[in-house]
Amino acid sequence: MRTNADIVIIGGGISGCAAAYNLAKKGMKNIVVLEKRFICGGSTGACGAGVRMQWGTEMNCRFSKYSIEFYENANEMLGYADDIEFKQSGYLLIADTDREIEQFKKNVEVQHACGIPSRMVTLDEAKAIVPHLNTSILKGAAFCEKDGFLNPFKTTDAFYRAAKRLGVEFETGVEVTGITTEGGRITGVNTTKGRINTPMVLNAAGGYSREIAEMVGIELPVYKERHQILVTEPVEPMQGPMVMSFGLNLYVQQSPHGSFIMGRGDAGEPRDGRVTSGWHFLEEMSKTIVNVLPPIAKLRIVRQWAGLYNMTPDRQPIYEKSDEVEGFFMAVGFSGHGFMFGPVTGTVMSEMILGEPPTMDAAKLSLKRFERGEMVFEPSVV
Amino acid sequence: MRETIICRCSDVTLERVRELIAQGYTSMDEIKRITRLGMGPCQGKTCSQLIMREIAAATGTPVGEDNHPHTTRPPAVGVKMELIAKEALKNEN
Repeated sequence: MRTNADIVIIGGGISGCAAAYNLAKKGMKNIVVLEKRFICGGSTGACGAGVRMQWGTEMNCRFSKYSIEFYENANEMLGYADDIEFKQSGYLLIADTDREIEQFKKNVEVQHACGIPSRMVTLDEAKAIVPHLNTSILKGAAFCEKDGFLNPFKTTDAFYRAAKRLGVEFETGVEVTGITTEGGRITGVNTTKGRINTPMVLNAAGGYSREIAEMVGIELPVYKERHQILVTEPVEPMQGPMVMSFGLNLYVQQSPHGSFIMGRGDAGEPRDGRVTSGWHFLEEMSKTIVNVLPPIAKLRIVRQWAGLYNMTPDRQPIYEKSDEVEGFFMAVGFSGHGFMFGPVTGTVMSEMILGEPPTMDAAKLSLKRFERGEMVFEPSVV
Repeated sequence: MRETIICRCSDVTLERVRELIAQGYTSMDEIKRITRLGMGPCQGKTCSQLIMREIAAATGTPVGEDNHPHTTRPPAVGVKMELIAKEALKNEN
């Protein structure tokens, strides 16, 4: 392991790998990425893998459009010999209340202003798109055919390999034990395998972002929340798009390998960092599927797992260059959409770190918004 | 070796596994993420011991936690969602 670096990035998930790649591509040398487990061993490796442009705020629409356009060409851009398996077969957002339909209509207007090809669809159209959908319980739906999902492991691997080729050093199985400062500036990082002197640190530690920030005396308004997912046995292709509902609380996709992958949110989930599996999730998910997508309930569940959402008060990420500690940067608090925003994180953070003029306006996502009371509420999150 | 299937759920060959170990993917969890090995209906019950042995032989480290073995997760065997829902509703009524 190097003992001197120009920047140390903490976290080997999509955010850390994308930031490392972008910095190296812009010519920065001596970049070290530290990962406690292995590449993609945390929340990215446990995520639901969907990427959508159907958001309710202008900023999220802009960000997700940027990400999706990147992912469309990511194999070539990153020189990946394998395949990130980006499948654009759409997101069908379903609603069971009139209130949610009204929200969808507002969202579609915001999306159209950003050039996103989404549209409201009737229940008959929804049924044509997903024939096994129980439309009798629904009021309507919205659809965007350019949304989709991709393989989170291979996507992270693509960033990792590209960054490595550009000279980035990745150290896995290494845990950060402390960050040192002198006169309000970062001077180094202590780890379980020794010390690295560095003037800059990027906190991209996902579920553990709070603990990392505490090492330099910054208290982040974030917490970690367990989210569970399950996967069924594989079957023949029968569902193109991701089916998602905020009100009914579910997202369900059929992976290219044939298995169905699904999850739901639950504010009662533990916040202590455990990623164990719970029985309650299995019951609630199964009941929802019987109600919403009945034929899928015939399938056998083969595995359930869990990962951590790093939640902020407004469920939006924090992109920050610290004023308190010089050389400390943060890309944290993704609240469940860190994978989707990976390409944005890479661009925004590399420009912020190198002091380049920003090509994407992410000023609203500064940590200071919580003090100022200028939060960015996004209406559409599971 | 090219013909030897080491994970029969996801059709992963022994050759592919050895190739990845040589590239530095030296734990079960890492190889699983790249190849989908162990993600099928048997959930690694057949292949994980074989993979762990391959890693140990190639890296000279004994089989153990350092090689991130496949995490065992519920359910122990495949269960239909409708059965879980039925039982859940029975308990509620």
